[in-house]
Amino acid sequence: MTAPLTQRQIARGRRRAARRRNWLIFRTHRSGVVGLVVLSLFILVALLAPLLVPHDTIEVTKATGGILEPPSSEYWLGTDQTGRSVLALCIWGARISLLVGLLATAISIVIGTLIGLMSGFFEGWPARFLYRFTEWFLVLPFLLLALVMSAVLGRSLAIIILVIGVTSWPSTALLIRSQTLSVKERPFLERARALGAGRWHQMTRHILPNVMPMVFANTTLTVSIAILTETTLAFLGLGDPTRVSWGSMLEDAFDVGAMTTGAWWYIIPPGLCVVAVVLSFNLVGQALEETVNPRLRGR
Amino acid sequence: MTTLITAQVPPPVAKRRSYGRYAGGKVLGALGSLFFALVANFLLFRVLPGDPARTLGRNRFRTEEQLENFRHTYGLDQSMPEQFLTFLKNTFTGELGISLRYRVPVSDLIADRIWPTLLLVGTSTLLAMLIGVYLGIISGWNRGKKVDTASQSTTLTLYSMPEWWLGLLLIAALAVGIGPFTGIFPTGGLHSTDVEPGTFGYVVDTAWHLTLPVITLTLAYLAEFSLIMRSSILDELGEDYLVTARAKGLRDVEVRNKHAVRNALLPTTTLVVLNIGFVVSGAITIETVFSIPGLGLLSSEALDIPDFWVLQGTFLVATAAVIFANLVVNLLYGLIDPRVRT
Repeated sequence: MTAPLTQRQIARGRRRAARRRNWLIFRTHRSGVVGLVVLSLFILVALLAPLLVPHDTIEVTKATGGILEPPSSEYWLGTDQTGRSVLALCIWGARISLLVGLLATAISIVIGTLIGLMSGFFEGWPARFLYRFTEWFLVLPFLLLALVMSAVLGRSLAIIILVIGVTSWPSTALLIRSQTLSVKERPFLERARALGAGRWHQMTRHILPNVMPMVFANTTLTVSIAILTETTLAFLGLGDPTRVSWGSMLEDAFDVGAMTTGAWWYIIPPGLCVVAVVLSFNLVGQALEETVNPRLRGR
Repeated sequence: MTTLITAQVPPPVAKRRSYGRYAGGKVLGALGSLFFALVANFLLFRVLPGDPARTLGRNRFRTEEQLENFRHTYGLDQSMPEQFLTFLKNTFTGELGISLRYRVPVSDLIADRIWPTLLLVGTSTLLAMLIGVYLGIISGWNRGKKVDTASQSTTLTLYSMPEWWLGLLLIAALAVGIGPFTGIFPTGGLHSTDVEPGTFGYVVDTAWHLTLPVITLTLAYLAEFSLIMRSSILDELGEDYLVTARAKGLRDVEVRNKHAVRNALLPTTTLVVLNIGFVVSGAITIETVFSIPGLGLLSSEALDIPDFWVLQGTFLVATAAVIFANLVVNLLYGLIDPRVRT
């Protein structure tokens, strides 16, 4: 005899089944799976960086190679203008690029979800104001705003994360708002209201779980934008001067004129890393979007 | 709050507003955005940096007297609201301050530098639109076939690329040259020094200098156009009117061009006009890489100093451009598609 399942167990079982179903759909998107594999590889390399190459190898004072040496058996991707291995720099750069991408996205998603939920759920002037506020932010030129903010605030990792986070939320907010508006009118929310559910309960227990898949798919797309922005900021000289990221490598390469001296090994690898990671995030995001949004399926 | 009773009654069809009221509302909205942009601009440069006299002066001022003098010149000794009013007055009369680097009024600098940017970004947007929309149509119409897969993977890769990195690669390949192939394009700049302005040769020379940057920006922009156009075509694919068109016996190309594309173009139009608003932002990195003396290069050079008045000026121009483009989109949309006026 099995004991009758409690409500919570039923809910958990249902959720597990939904996850399995979604995974099966996701698996049919070959490009999404490829993206996932590539991403896992990069994350693994980023996590294991200290084991793969000791931090000493990317310190300017302890560089062992010659200046801008082409690839050799010792330095697989050549060396930079101070004699450091480009491969080691790429590996350590993965940490900064991924860290900035993920943390900035976390900030952007939290702000975007909160404002989107509230502007969709509330009625009257607070909703109108929040919607206007989102629209105002949307028209500020994103890259220029990020540039100006980091020029004004200074150059450190935390500030870059913050700047990208607080400038990239409006599109998430608009997406969440439109989802909230459609979920709000469904019968199960009326039931909840009739049973006396408060606003907070409705938002956190009923609306949020329903818009969450959308948020999740949007997250991966936001990460790719955040990584691209970090690379661009670093390229324009606004990166953290004490850390190596793919963007700061490309800035150095540009400053020493690597493309005119033919030092291709200094330009191509970091750029390819950016393209691989951003493309993977985009592919995974596309596949996720199609998984959670049945209207897009079969495309 | 919606009650159970009203929920069963179908919601009344919202009354469509007249175009005048719709347009009025949009203009007011744009003015609101503009005001917000001005406030953001003011706060960004006055409040965030701490004491502007020290940051802007870059510790050049030794004595307290020099500091006072500097504060007075830039109106920093007034109270916040007073400063804001002065800022508004100055902005509307076109006084955007004096560049710390060039020692000339920022408005003159902007007026001088806006043309290369418009030329570069205008040409690229136009090309990207034509090629991107065409790719999107072909790709969406042949969904799942080889041409779709090829176009999708190319555009998505371009979309995932920092556009300035593509520019660096193009410089290395086509301006510097690889191995036996010598470069055929200049590595940067807008003109050669030895060409007389106003002649035919001058125009050719400028075009020759702009080829690589235009190719780079076109490739960067067309990805977005193509992706949007493809998905709008896909939205139309299942529609009944296409079945009707086919039943009438129209050829496939006619069904596509005369029926599907016309309806799918609407979202893309929005994107095109909005993109024109982002002219300055798009140009920052490309102008830096190719050293084209436009607003983008002006902004990125200003970052080094940092030349706050120049940054503030380009930020203002960029924001105003986006707001204006937004307004144009909305006004056009109200005319083309009356459904949005509800």
